[in-house]
Amino acid sequence: MCLAVPGQVTCVYSDGDVRMGRVSFGGVVRNVCLECVPEAGPGDYVLVHVGFALSRLDEAQAIRVFELLQDLEAEPAPGEVDR
Amino acid sequence: MKYLDEYRDPDGARRLLSLIEREVTRPWVVMEICGGQTHSIVRHGIDELLPGGIELVHGPGCPVCVTPLGTLDRAHAIAARTDVIFCSFGDMLRVPGSSTDLLALKAKGADVRVVYSPLDALAIAAQNPSRNVVFFAIGFETTAPANAMAARLARQRRIENFSLLVSHVLVPPALTAIVGADDNRVQGLLGPGHVCTITGLDEYRTVSERHGLPIVVSGFEPLDLLMGILHVVRALEHGTGGVDNQYGRSVRQQGNPAAQELVRSVFEVCDQAWRGLGVIAESGLALTDEYREQDATVRFGVEHIAPREPSECISGQILRGLKKPLDCPAFGARCTPERPLGATMVSSEGACAAYHAYGRRPGARHLPLLTNEGAPA
Amino acid sequence: MTARTGSVQVVGTLPGPTGALACPLPTDTYEAVVLGHGSGGRLSQELLAQVILPALGEDERFALEDQAVLSLPASGQLAVTTDSFVIRPLIFPGGDIGSLAVHGTVNDLAVGGARPLYMTASFILEEGLELNVLRRVTRSMRAACDRARIRIVTGDTKVVDRGKGDGIFVTTTGVGIVPEGVRLSATNARPGDCVVVSGTLGDHGIAILAAREGIGLETTLESDSAPLFELSATVLGASAEVRCMRDPTRGGLSSTLNEIAAASNVGIALDETTIPLRAEVRGVCELLGLDPLSVANEGKLVVIVGPDDAERVVTAMRRHPLGAKAAIIGEVVEDHPKIVTLRSSLGSERIVALLSGEQLPRIC
Repeated sequence: MCLAVPGQVTCVYSDGDVRMGRVSFGGVVRNVCLECVPEAGPGDYVLVHVGFALSRLDEAQAIRVFELLQDLEAEPAPGEVDR
Repeated sequence: MKYLDEYRDPDGARRLLSLIEREVTRPWVVMEICGGQTHSIVRHGIDELLPGGIELVHGPGCPVCVTPLGTLDRAHAIAARTDVIFCSFGDMLRVPGSSTDLLALKAKGADVRVVYSPLDALAIAAQNPSRNVVFFAIGFETTAPANAMAARLARQRRIENFSLLVSHVLVPPALTAIVGADDNRVQGLLGPGHVCTITGLDEYRTVSERHGLPIVVSGFEPLDLLMGILHVVRALEHGTGGVDNQYGRSVRQQGNPAAQELVRSVFEVCDQAWRGLGVIAESGLALTDEYREQDATVRFGVEHIAPREPSECISGQILRGLKKPLDCPAFGARCTPERPLGATMVSSEGACAAYHAYGRRPGARHLPLLTNEGAPA
Repeated sequence: MTARTGSVQVVGTLPGPTGALACPLPTDTYEAVVLGHGSGGRLSQELLAQVILPALGEDERFALEDQAVLSLPASGQLAVTTDSFVIRPLIFPGGDIGSLAVHGTVNDLAVGGARPLYMTASFILEEGLELNVLRRVTRSMRAACDRARIRIVTGDTKVVDRGKGDGIFVTTTGVGIVPEGVRLSATNARPGDCVVVSGTLGDHGIAILAAREGIGLETTLESDSAPLFELSATVLGASAEVRCMRDPTRGGLSSTLNEIAAASNVGIALDETTIPLRAEVRGVCELLGLDPLSVANEGKLVVIVGPDDAERVVTAMRRHPLGAKAAIIGEVVEDHPKIVTLRSSLGSERIVALLSGEQLPRIC
């Protein structure tokens, strides 16, 4: 379930009173409803499911996977777990 | 593609596999809840790359497979009407009801159209004011906001020829039904990353505490899944519980409040039948009274038809993680994607269908698990 | 009374037996196909004379006969192919049903090692089809023929009631010559052979899908529909170890390779990291949950060639515009006969199974 793909917002516009954006996926553009991600603007990446943006992708959190991987390899004992 | 390719990096995958191998001291049973996670695991062969002590079982996270037969029959009755344009996600086209499916109806002349988004169906309604346009609104919590938006806009813009046939399911009640059962084997869970993007983590804390299971919310790409599995295994090895968010780039503790508000304004919680699992209390969504006019069951007054599942089908046990597709004697023989017997073979997301598509066959020649370059250090 | 559309141009009337005026000749100018155009009478001849022959008929002789009598070279093996073309929409980014029909016919001949010579074109037209569309399609066929150096030498036209056809159906037969001694076949593949592809996969299917209502994707991507004879000739010129060539169409690369694996009773192992894909095709496949290996192509060559010649064949292909992205993407193996596998970048292997039907976008 829930096939959602990251795309980049190229511009924001209004369709009536609904906030919409043109989002690029590898160069292919699709109109996406941005009503539930008011913080996303041009240049941001959003996660899109059925033409609807679910979240704005957080760059700092995105590299966490790679930082964590390095931390875990460096420590033989079980590292941090929470959040 | 950014935010996609880097999470498929083979080197990162190898390193995570090493860490997992280092961590495991005893066998563990871990369930991934979401069908999209199942699909990704089977496609990338992740379950075959994991050390033998970890058993991945596939959960009920497939809104397509769990759509009740009665709802499918209602959908088919509506789609067969000559005054209707029936719009649906592609996933539902070949799902068989008691006697037919949408693709067969299309072949007989029904106007059935595949859309990518409920908003596309709304656009079709606006362009065809003299026809009734019905959208088959299925999904988990992930899809509910988009479906809600379509309903709301139809009302606001007075697109009166548009209605929805709703079959929405909620994850936490199904999860509780599975891990709360007496014969439950699941010890740890990979939480559904896109569902949690909308709902947040609170309900999963409740499930985790009540049943003493660690839940690690994970994404869908190989590195996300492997990081999730690593954290579940560590939690199990050290006896720690609770909810751990390993998909922080999309999931926040509180989820997406704007999306939750949108869903609450259009839908209300109801009891829901799950194909293969039975009725689970308060596990579905229905349109509120305010949206009666957008409800296709009210508009078309379709009769409920009693469904009958073939007795050979074990999808109930597969959905609860008690059995694997290869345990079923009908798998690949009497039950195939072209002629499915039950829920988990019915959609391309179901565990049985995923196994079939990626070539897991009983008695098939055992493929090498790893090439030289892929072997963990 | 015949149905009339468009401007009416009465040419003349015949006096009846009593000298009074009789019904005027139906020599009106129509803007769309009517049933009369398929009835074999004057309207049929008009359609030929005004629309079809100006585009397709270069030789008066052929236009007037029921058959084309042709000369063939003194040596070589005769290759014959037949195909039907049905596509919606009729006109799409990168081509139309006409150019598709010519390229498809040429390619079926070319992959057998044949030099395409002649082809036929039969049309089933739906009543109501705009004549401008037919003009466009036939001119497009002519341009494609000139580019591919094949000649349409005979054809046929029928008309069906409105609602009984999809605008235009085209059926072709193509004829070509295969040099003596060339025997390409899907049964020839052997373990150790290399699998080469001429360029990026899935362009055609995705270009068509993106434009569909209800999908709404904007892209500059076009169908890759193209004639492959020059490329196939280049391949045969570069190596005497070519076992088989195919142009993967419906069902994508997966269908073609599964057919070859079954015919030769061998396994085929592909490497996901070497498969050329355009970023746009990848983007759409990710968004809609499609497997690019099962998406249609209309201008790509798959070559099974002996291992010693594989690099040379790729180099030769890359010198041709249609082969610029040619690459070795896998090999023929002894393991898992009749099965095609794909190794992912992670090193895991999965089976590339033949799809049961059409691939549909998914949300799950």
